[in-house]
Amino acid sequence: MNPIYVDNNATTRVADEVFKVMQPYFCELYGNPSSMHSVGGRVGPKLKEARKQVADLLGAHPDEIIFTSCGTESDSTAIHAALAVDPGKRHIVTSRVEHPAIGSLASTLNKQGYRVTEIAVDGDGCLDMGALEESLTPDTALVSIMWANNETGVIFPVEEISQMCRQRGITFHTDAVQAVGKLPINLKESAIDMLSISGHKLHAPKGIGALYVRKGTKFSPFMIGGHQEKGRRAGTENVPGIIALGKACELAGQNLHEENTRVLELRDRLETELIKQIPDAKVNGTTKQRTPNTTNISFANIEGESILLMLNEFGICASSGSACTSGSLEPSHVMRAMGVPFTMAHGSIRFSLSIYNSKEDIDEIIKQLPPIVKRLRELSPFS
Amino acid sequence: MWEYTDKVKEHFLNPSNVGEIENPDGVGDVGSLSCGDALKLTFKLDDQGLIADAKVKTFGCASAIASGSALTEMMIGKTIEEAEKISNQHIADYLGGLPKEKMHCSVMGHEALEKAIACYRGTPIEEKEGTVICECFGVTDLEIIKAIQENHLKTVEEVTNFTKAGGGCERCHGDIAKIILEVQHKPQLEEKKELSNIQKMRLIEETIEREIRPSLQLDGGDIELIDIIGNRILVATRGACSACKSAPITLKNLVEAKLREFVSPDLVVEEVSK
Repeated sequence: MNPIYVDNNATTRVADEVFKVMQPYFCELYGNPSSMHSVGGRVGPKLKEARKQVADLLGAHPDEIIFTSCGTESDSTAIHAALAVDPGKRHIVTSRVEHPAIGSLASTLNKQGYRVTEIAVDGDGCLDMGALEESLTPDTALVSIMWANNETGVIFPVEEISQMCRQRGITFHTDAVQAVGKLPINLKESAIDMLSISGHKLHAPKGIGALYVRKGTKFSPFMIGGHQEKGRRAGTENVPGIIALGKACELAGQNLHEENTRVLELRDRLETELIKQIPDAKVNGTTKQRTPNTTNISFANIEGESILLMLNEFGICASSGSACTSGSLEPSHVMRAMGVPFTMAHGSIRFSLSIYNSKEDIDEIIKQLPPIVKRLRELSPFS
Repeated sequence: MWEYTDKVKEHFLNPSNVGEIENPDGVGDVGSLSCGDALKLTFKLDDQGLIADAKVKTFGCASAIASGSALTEMMIGKTIEEAEKISNQHIADYLGGLPKEKMHCSVMGHEALEKAIACYRGTPIEEKEGTVICECFGVTDLEIIKAIQENHLKTVEEVTNFTKAGGGCERCHGDIAKIILEVQHKPQLEEKKELSNIQKMRLIEETIEREIRPSLQLDGGDIELIDIIGNRILVATRGACSACKSAPITLKNLVEAKLREFVSPDLVVEEVSK
C-alpha cells in the first residue's frame, strides 16, 4: 500500500530532482572543498551555486547564508550569537508556542540566569502583540519568534516584530522552518536579523540546515574549529546536503505558487469536509493567517493516538498533539498555550500536506476518517 | 512510534466486550477526560457466582483500549475471588507486554476491576483517600505507594509510567522520590537482617549481575566478586574499569550504593588488586 503522507510538517520526502543532484557527491565528487587538489577543487563552485540558490529563495545575499546541520543548530547558533555579542544584556523574549529547539533552549538559559519572557497566544493561536511590545527593555538582547507554527500553521507578524526590535536596537531572530517554501520571503525588504531554515522540511534530506545572518549583524560562532563558512561555522561542509538544500530551495521557489493554490485548495477541502461530516470537530488556530498546507482539527471525546493508529491501518500518516503520542502525559504545549480544553486537545490531529499530495489522497482521508471517529466514540464512555 | 505487540494491536483494532451491561452487579469507573484516558467496567454474575459477562467502554490510546478489552476476557468465567487476583501486570502480560510508558493503562484497568468488585460487595473504595501528591493528575500518596509496592518501582520515571504522577509540571518529583525511598527502605531493613550467609551471597551476586554489571559494561568495564568477609565485599575491577581513574568513585557511588540498597545498608565495598 502506498502511504498517504500528510505529515509534512514533521518531515518531507526528498524530491527526485534533489536526490539526483546530490548523488555524485558521495562516490565520485567526494572531495573536501578545502583541499588543494582537483578532487576537492571541483566541489567549491557547486557549493557557491547552492549558497546562491538558498539566498535567492530568501531574497538574501549569498554571503548572508551559513550552512548548518539542521534547524535546531541554526536556532542554537542564532541565540547563542545574539547573547555572546551583547554580554551585558540578560533578557530574552520568545513565545509560548515555539518549537523545542527554541523553547527548551530558552528554559536552559533561564536556569543559567537569563530572564526569559514567553509571550502568550490567544485562543486562535495569535500572538499578544501588546504584551510583546511592552516586554522589550534596554536589557533585552534578543527576540526570537517563529514565523509559522508547526502544529497549527498559524503565521506570526514577524515583519512587524522585526521593525519593533530594530527601532530599539534589539536583535530579532525567527525560526522559519515551517514558513520557507510555503510563504514568499524577501529579506532585503525586511528588518529580520537572523532566520533559521531546515532542509528536510522542504524536500531536501535530513541533516542539513541554514542560518541567514543579515550583513552587519554582530555574530559569534557556535561551532568552533576550522575556517569553514568564513569562520562562522566550523566543521567540514556536508557537501551533498548543501547541494541538495540548494536544489530544494530552487524548487521551493518554483513551487511556491502551487503551494498557495492547489495545495491550499486541497487543505481547505479536507478541512471543510471533515468539519461538515464529523460532529463535535473544531479547527485549532485561526484560519485567516495560516500556512497553506496545514490544518489542525480536534475531535471531542476521543484520543489522538487511537485516531492515528486507525488511520495508519488505511495507510494514512498524520500526527497528533495528544498526550499519548507526544511521549509525555500532557497534550502539546501549543494546544495548552491556546487554552484548548483537554477534552479537545487529546483528540487533536494535524494534517500537513505537500505538493506530492493528490486529490485522491484527500478523498481517501475524507472517506476513512468519519467512520473512525464514530467507532472510537462508540468505544468511549463519554459519548 | 510505540512498539505495540500484535496482541495489543489486535485488542485495539477489534476490542472484545465493548459496551455497558444493563443492571450490572458491579460498576468500576476510573480516569477522566482531562487525564486523557478513562475506563468504565460493568459485570454480571450467574447463578453459581461466576462472572457471566463483562463489558467495557474506554477513552484513550491504543494500549488503554486494549487493556480494557483484555481485562474483560480475563474476568469472564471467573469467581469474584479469582478475578480479584488479576493484577495490572497480569493484564500487561496477557497483552504480550506494554511499552513501559504505557503501564499506567494496565493500572487503570486494574483500578476499574477493584472498584467494580468493591461496588459489588457494597464496600465502595473511598475516593481519593490520602494526600494528593501530583496535582496535575490528582494522584495521592497512597496510590503511589501501592504502585511502588506492587510493581517494585525504583525511580520517579517508573512511578510516572505506572501512575502518571509527576507527568505534568514535574513539581512533585521531589516528593515522589521521597516516597520511593520510604517504601523501599523501611521494609527492607527489617527483612534483610534475616538473610543467612548463603542467601546474602546469592543476593549480592544477583544484584551485581542485574543492577551493576550492565551499566559498567556499557562503558567497556566489568567487576568480579572475589570474596565476602562479614560485611566487607571484596571486588576486582576488570576491562576499562581497571585503568579508569574514576573507578573508586564508581565503586562507592554505584557498586556500594546498589548493594546497600538491595542487600544490606551495612555493606562496604573494597577493591582488591586480584
